[in-house]
Amino acid sequence: MPRIVVDVMPKPEILDPQGKAIAGALPRIGLSGFSEVRQGKRFELTVDGEITEEVLEHARTAATTLLSNPVIEDVTRVEVLDDASPADDGAGAVR
Amino acid sequence: MTEKFNLDTVKNAATTPETELPWAELGLKKNEFKRVVEILGRRPTAAELAMYSVMWSEHCSYKSSKVHLRQFGDKVTEAMKEHLLVGIGENAGVVDIGDDWAVTFKIESHNSPSMVEPFQGAATGVGGIVRDIISMGARPVAVMDALRFGAIDHPDSQRVVHGVVSGVGSYGNSLGLPNIGGEVVFDSAYQGNPLVNALAVGVMRHEDIRLANASGVGNKVVLFGARTGGDGIGGASVLASESFDDTKPSKRPAVQVGDPFAEKVLIECCLELFKASVVEGIQDLGAAGISCATSELASNGEGGMHVELTNVLLRDPTLTPGEILMSESQERMMAVVTPENAAAFEAIMDKWNVEYSWLGEVTNTGRLIIEWDGEEIVDVDPKTVAHEGPVYERPFHRPEWLDRLQSESFTASSQYRDRPQSGAELSAAVLELISSPNMCSKDWVTNQYDRYVQGNTALAMPDDAGVIRVDEQTGLGIALSTDANGRYSYLNPYEGARLALAEAYRNVATSGAKPMAVSDCLNFGSPEDPEVMWQFAESIRGLADACQELGVPVTGGNVSLYNQTGGVAIPPTPVVGVLGVFDDVARRTPSGWRHDGQAIYLLGTTAHELDGSEWANLRGHLGGQPPAVDLSVEKMLSELLINASRDGMIDAAHDLSEGGLAATLAEMALRFNVGARVGIDELCERDGIDAFTALFSESQGRAVVSVARSEEVRFTDMCSARGFPHLRIGVVDNPPVPVSSAASSGAGRPGVDQSWTEDHHESLAEPTLDVQGQFTLSLAALREAHEGTLPAYFG
Amino acid sequence: MTSTAQETGSTASPVEDSVNAFEGASVAGARIGVVTFPGTLDDRDAARAVALAGGTAVSLWHGDETLKDVDAVVLPGGFSYGDYLRAGAISRFAPLMDKIINAAKAPSAPLPVLGICNGFQVLTEAHLLPGSMIKNENLHFMCRDQRLRVENASTSWTNQFSTGQEIVIPLKNQDGQFIADAHVLDELEGEGRVVFRYEGSNPNGSRRGIAGISNAAGNVVGLMPHPEHAVEPGFGPDSSGSDARFGDTPLASGTDGLGLFTSVLHSLVTR
Repeated sequence: MPRIVVDVMPKPEILDPQGKAIAGALPRIGLSGFSEVRQGKRFELTVDGEITEEVLEHARTAATTLLSNPVIEDVTRVEVLDDASPADDGAGAVR
Repeated sequence: MTEKFNLDTVKNAATTPETELPWAELGLKKNEFKRVVEILGRRPTAAELAMYSVMWSEHCSYKSSKVHLRQFGDKVTEAMKEHLLVGIGENAGVVDIGDDWAVTFKIESHNSPSMVEPFQGAATGVGGIVRDIISMGARPVAVMDALRFGAIDHPDSQRVVHGVVSGVGSYGNSLGLPNIGGEVVFDSAYQGNPLVNALAVGVMRHEDIRLANASGVGNKVVLFGARTGGDGIGGASVLASESFDDTKPSKRPAVQVGDPFAEKVLIECCLELFKASVVEGIQDLGAAGISCATSELASNGEGGMHVELTNVLLRDPTLTPGEILMSESQERMMAVVTPENAAAFEAIMDKWNVEYSWLGEVTNTGRLIIEWDGEEIVDVDPKTVAHEGPVYERPFHRPEWLDRLQSESFTASSQYRDRPQSGAELSAAVLELISSPNMCSKDWVTNQYDRYVQGNTALAMPDDAGVIRVDEQTGLGIALSTDANGRYSYLNPYEGARLALAEAYRNVATSGAKPMAVSDCLNFGSPEDPEVMWQFAESIRGLADACQELGVPVTGGNVSLYNQTGGVAIPPTPVVGVLGVFDDVARRTPSGWRHDGQAIYLLGTTAHELDGSEWANLRGHLGGQPPAVDLSVEKMLSELLINASRDGMIDAAHDLSEGGLAATLAEMALRFNVGARVGIDELCERDGIDAFTALFSESQGRAVVSVARSEEVRFTDMCSARGFPHLRIGVVDNPPVPVSSAASSGAGRPGVDQSWTEDHHESLAEPTLDVQGQFTLSLAALREAHEGTLPAYFG
Repeated sequence: MTSTAQETGSTASPVEDSVNAFEGASVAGARIGVVTFPGTLDDRDAARAVALAGGTAVSLWHGDETLKDVDAVVLPGGFSYGDYLRAGAISRFAPLMDKIINAAKAPSAPLPVLGICNGFQVLTEAHLLPGSMIKNENLHFMCRDQRLRVENASTSWTNQFSTGQEIVIPLKNQDGQFIADAHVLDELEGEGRVVFRYEGSNPNGSRRGIAGISNAAGNVVGLMPHPEHAVEPGFGPDSSGSDARFGDTPLASGTDGLGLFTSVLHSLVTR
């Protein structure tokens, strides 16, 4: 089944307590060199049938209305996933 | 320092008097801006403008409310001050509860942020009030939340209710603070302006009390906790460029995101600072951030402070000085530390992994000087920023529509003519009442809050008051309740405020504690509307008068104005929190009866008072006058309840308020799933009322108690001696469980898995609430009605 | 105002102090360490429970390099590091955790370790116990009095109960749904390592109603509900598995949780 991936990140100017806590933990386990961590969310929308421009438009709407809170989050990606390599970002990027 | 803006220095301001400043965009009125220029003798710099504009805002300066709030101070008698260690004006008042223990508590609003982003708005509301408590030197020990939402079935209520409840829960739970009570009210009048009022309470030894002042010339000023970001300055984006002519796009967040973990660490870290005695003065950063902290600390201390602003640790390096001064980033504190204690301070910061930066020092110049990389950008008398803001005598007048509203009594309505009268109708009415949005069980909300953490919670919701043990050796403890009724206040704001205090006072006494002090959160519409201003003035007059009559001082609180949408204000909503004290929390009285055969007494008299009631509300009626409140009766009732609790005469007590006797009986039975047989004929005859009025009237000064047979004579003698009306209305019905089915007897109470009860309970007699001659309702049916409502709407 | 030096002295109470208030509260008895991570909440409650059971609570800081010669360790509940990444995920790397893991795995006299709620989550992240916790099925934080069945009364932390005994202690968490692979679950069941099971309806969707488990040796136990909140009459659950059998309805008098703490003291004396 073809899938659309949606990435949501906290807006850059918004405090990200999750990322902050992780950034603090990294050097304590000996992993240095990272100046900042920000934690976002990834959604995978499985599509019943072919991914048309209309379906993608629905995904974009879902991304900005339901999947993210525009007050504190940005949608950073709405893309079609190449099913052959499900874990990969894949080709066919449509933004 | 890379040049990202044209720095507006004091020197520059003195030589460029004609520069146009965005004072209007920052919310200053023309006369206020003129006053700033007058005070400084020149135009303000961008940074100074930022400070004055936030500190002179309604929120920080109380400019519209100040003239009325004075009554809380003016009407305090010496006797009322007896137990006050710190009164109004500090971050929170402090009350002496004996044995060298002190308690500080305060209620505060976070209404508008909770409408914009319910989760973060509510969460940061809890965070802010808890920091007020820490900054007094206390360990926070509990929180409460008084919530008012729009109509339960309005689509937007889903967003707001879920967000606010999980926001309050998430922040409070993560801080390890038990949530011990509050209110949940649904009314379409709050649709566009939900009210999120959070209360926090903390305890300390007398010697640990800390005040927000910067004393000791040469002492160092330090900012610690979270880094400073652009939070809460979205509205002030004009400051993104100091030169005021740039069109630099502003990326300033409109909402603040809370970090409860950072705050929990901050709490422990501050308590360690207090214990080690390394801070001289401390101030939390809330609204107006560094502007507020520096100007208040300086003006409350030796009068001067010198700060280097580039030392502030930033989350967003693009912030300008003005923005840094205005930022409302959460989880920050400012402290004054002697140079000798600086190393000890730093060691504690390092232990807790808390970031800090030394900003400057205390001076005796009488000036607050702030520099940016060595260049002076602020040079002000801190008192003019913190305490000498504008004060307005806003015009107010009684609304013309009020006469008509007050003349439309429920008794004269068609809804009253159609009131339930037969036993079957009354039975259905009781079920309808206790399943209604305002009277239904709030378990769906409160089960999302931790009430156990810290191990000192002796009572929590749904009991009348939350009770916390303070001293584990002696059992010394406190009780708290918050109350308000917007409908009562809408009908009559003066009486409404008195009623709010009466109920909170009564709730605290019902739990067995002696009421000691008050904190209030006054939620109103726009002060620029003379009718709203009248409601506000009347509410304060009522509350201040009532406090004087009951002898409990207001120790602090908060005013929230401009709660209105499209010109329509919320009903006046003065939320009153009352703090009471127990010698030993072991003698607290729960709100449900438990013991078979105990006598049930109704204290007080019932009049025909249905205007503004929950029943009238259910029938869409709002008019007439709220119930009469006689504070001398309340005082006597409270004394009875406290004495009866102390002397072990009563084992359950619940006050009568919204929903009247019907709601009280149902709640008392459901509390421990124990039934009762009640008769109301004698009550109807004594008070000259019908069964409907007996069950649904909201007359004040009443409570229901359960009394052990062995204590009945002593109890009735006590009531008779004081001439307080008391009537035996029934008996608790909790027959002993046969041994064979013993294993199932413990279940059926709130919080314990109900499915288990159902599986095992079949063979037992069903507990019931039997109102003789009227109806019999099984507690299972009552429970289903009471507990089904919120899950049905919110899942 | 100038702060004055203060000694809390004889009036020490947990509301003013940290875990230390209970340190040394018992004249005799075993030393039970209570670990505080940043964001730990129930450390003082756990220390109180240890003291009420007759033990001596010893406060341990996550950054400590030594276990201070304690005889057993409690990892209390809370939101360490805010639970921001995954519950317990960051705490698991605390310096003290290495010591605890080694001591718990010692071939002889392994250290008894109890993980409560967030402490249980830390133990699973540290792989001292199998499985993991995800969000409650209803997605909400949940606080209620919970009926449990003691399935294994032979671990270091449950030997004062009887098998099949019903107890009531508070359950309060956001991520309380225990999950594990089917074969892990089968193994846990087969080896009698399911220590506590939810009675009645499953509150959070935990696999097979599992509320608490142990390691193979029985010295490490983790559970989601909070025994330390049911140790003192007047401040516990309204109902208790053992007290409610006499037809009366207690008010916050449940003390069923105390059994876990008396159990470990007993196991230390008898081993």
